[in-house]
Amino acid sequence: MLKSLKRQNHKLSSPEGQIEVLDDAESINIPSFEDKMADIGFSQFKPTGIEIFQVNVGKMCNQVCAHCHVDAGPDRKEIMTKETMQQCLDAIEGTDIKIVDLTGGAPEMNPHFRWFVEELRAIGKDVIVRCNLTIILANPKYNDLPEFFKKHKVNVVSSLPYFTAKRTDAQRGDGVFDKSIKALQMLNAVGYGKEGTDLKLDLVYNPAGAFLPGDQETLTAQFKRKLLEYDIEFNDLFAITNLPVSRFLEYLVKTEKYEDYMHELVNAFNPAAAAGVMCRNTLSVSWDGYLYDCDFNQMLELKVNAPSHISEFDLKALSNREIILNQHCYGCTAGAGSSCGGATT
Amino acid sequence: MKETYYNKEDLKKFGEITEWQKELGDKFFDYYNSVFKEGALTAREKSLIALAVSHAVQCPYCIDAYTTDLLKKGVDEEQMMEAVHVTAAIKGGAALVHGVQMMNQVNDKLM
Repeated sequence: MLKSLKRQNHKLSSPEGQIEVLDDAESINIPSFEDKMADIGFSQFKPTGIEIFQVNVGKMCNQVCAHCHVDAGPDRKEIMTKETMQQCLDAIEGTDIKIVDLTGGAPEMNPHFRWFVEELRAIGKDVIVRCNLTIILANPKYNDLPEFFKKHKVNVVSSLPYFTAKRTDAQRGDGVFDKSIKALQMLNAVGYGKEGTDLKLDLVYNPAGAFLPGDQETLTAQFKRKLLEYDIEFNDLFAITNLPVSRFLEYLVKTEKYEDYMHELVNAFNPAAAAGVMCRNTLSVSWDGYLYDCDFNQMLELKVNAPSHISEFDLKALSNREIILNQHCYGCTAGAGSSCGGATT
Repeated sequence: MKETYYNKEDLKKFGEITEWQKELGDKFFDYYNSVFKEGALTAREKSLIALAVSHAVQCPYCIDAYTTDLLKKGVDEEQMMEAVHVTAAIKGGAALVHGVQMMNQVNDKLM
């Protein structure tokens, strides 16, 4: 299995190393993202409100995906403590924030994961879990996850970059496709993704290389048709663009595709997508309780322009903060736009 | 840089052909963009046809452009290769069907 960039002591494992590459817009002859946004009237970019509270409960994962922006893997030990989870619960209880989106790593590997889900449901929050599918089969202790998700009506969102083993395994590791198919069948078996149930199973598609995702609707139709060959059903498919952060940035640099990819993102800049990016309605919390505009800013350690730890949660200040922009943001504004919920236009 | 007749970077300059003949260039690109819109054929089907034709006319720019376009559209390797086999079948068939002309000529010349 691959090692994380951090374990390799790779230059691009550090936020500073990544920002150094991203900030050098001049040598690849692209405009700064901030200037581009100012050109369309967003000289100050602010949230429209906070609707989604995304919590990264840790970087530990049973997979080492080639494109992972978290640089997650079995060798990552950063895990959110129960105390920080309690601070999250205290911060959002009684607020209008309705959705809590749990991500990682493999969030289920956090020993307090199930407790956290139960507590979130108890205070009336809708819960999304970004499940990598293979975790369900990784150890017998995870085999009942479909039942657990069902019991708490968790919205399961799972990555499946393609409907063939070749492309999926190239991105997510050998054997991942077959295990993912099995896990999807297990989720279907308890009612997930099935018509007539309120158990929502969504898939995430992201390109298995340095190109933008195509039309989300067309891809959904193809995935539905192809996965039916395995008797698999799902609800929606979210087409997500790979952002030049962490391992995907390292891939772009290593294969000398970085410049072309950035140009492709810039050329596909879509003002309508820019207006609807996820940082306008999302707040991202890191494993150690710091607050960010999105999961990508979190990986680059660009903390919010407001009191920036969950222990000093200030909803009013956060709702009026100025969002921090950088060159990687071109990934969310290209084409039909990209967010954790797929296309934004 | 090694000089070649085809340069990958030139594809990005395709739009520049309008600089020397704007009216015709604009008409061409308007037409081109209309052709590839969703219609009686899907945009995906049109891109697969374009890939096959790109191989028939052996245009490296078109092959790169439509391969990338098809990747974006979620088309898999097997489907793309089948499209190229359609090209090969038609090009090969077009050569072979002229064998009938050869046969006709032989039959005409020989006693």
